[in-house]
Amino acid sequence: MRLIALLLLLLPALAQADWSEQDERRWRALNDELRCLVCQNQSIAESSAPLAEDLRTQTRDMIEAGQSDRQIREYMTDRYGDFVLYRPPFKPTTWLLWLGPLLMLMLGAGLVWRMRRGESQDEAQSAEQTHADVERLLKDINNE
Amino acid sequence: MKRLMLALPLLVVVVLIVALGRGLSLDPREVESPLIGKPAPSFTLPLLSGDQLVNQDLFLGKVSLFNVWASWCVACRAEHPILNALSEQPGMHIYGLNYKDEIVDAKRWLAERGNPYQATLRDYKGLVGIDWGVYGVPETFVVDKHGVIRAKRIGPLTWEYVNQELLPLLERLKAEA
Repeated sequence: MRLIALLLLLLPALAQADWSEQDERRWRALNDELRCLVCQNQSIAESSAPLAEDLRTQTRDMIEAGQSDRQIREYMTDRYGDFVLYRPPFKPTTWLLWLGPLLMLMLGAGLVWRMRRGESQDEAQSAEQTHADVERLLKDINNE
Repeated sequence: MKRLMLALPLLVVVVLIVALGRGLSLDPREVESPLIGKPAPSFTLPLLSGDQLVNQDLFLGKVSLFNVWASWCVACRAEHPILNALSEQPGMHIYGLNYKDEIVDAKRWLAERGNPYQATLRDYKGLVGIDWGVYGVPETFVVDKHGVIRAKRIGPLTWEYVNQELLPLLERLKAEA
């Protein structure tokens, strides 16, 4: 009886014998960047939803089976779509998503540049105007 | 040019309001399934009624609904009467995927609430559910005569959805070769 209990205790350790530290790191990293679709704002590493648990088991099994990170990500997107990835891929439908911020920045920079230029032109113009006004006044005074 | 520059902030605000307003009306739970337009993922599962095994060939030759449910799923309770009513329509094929459920509970559920399914498949571990991209029970797939997934409803069926989208879609698919 005791022997059986001891063996049962050892079982998890035996099962993990092939599980290297690197596997563990890969597993954690993968789970961190896969979205749990049940809760949506948590990764499958953080979520305690039953589906997240199943998916963690799945990623673990796949790492044990020697699958690459890419293969595992593909497995997930084949079933749940790109939404499952916290880091969406760069492809035509996501171009706006990735390039949008840069586009906005460029737009903003362009706007600021335009406004600046307008301002300095205005300044130059008003300086000229003042100059002309003063001269006219001086002329008027001299004429009197 | 100057006027245009003045109108620009207003324009940006209007575009933002439209975009964000649309975002508000979208349901973030409804994630478009990548499986639409693809053949039903393969499986081999036992029937709830016995140990007989079935696979994805079940769907061939007819337009069918594949409804994912569980006795622990509260929203499934709401849609069950709709499934019962649908099952009475002629030419309707509804199959059930009993997802991560106990046999006893599932059988009791069908005995108490009526059984709209021509067959119920047991996915005790939820692995077939993963292959089908199931994440929120209930879900309902529409599978065409060639075993291709044509639509997916996430969440309970409603009469509004059934009458406005599901039934017209089923008619269209039945008319296909």
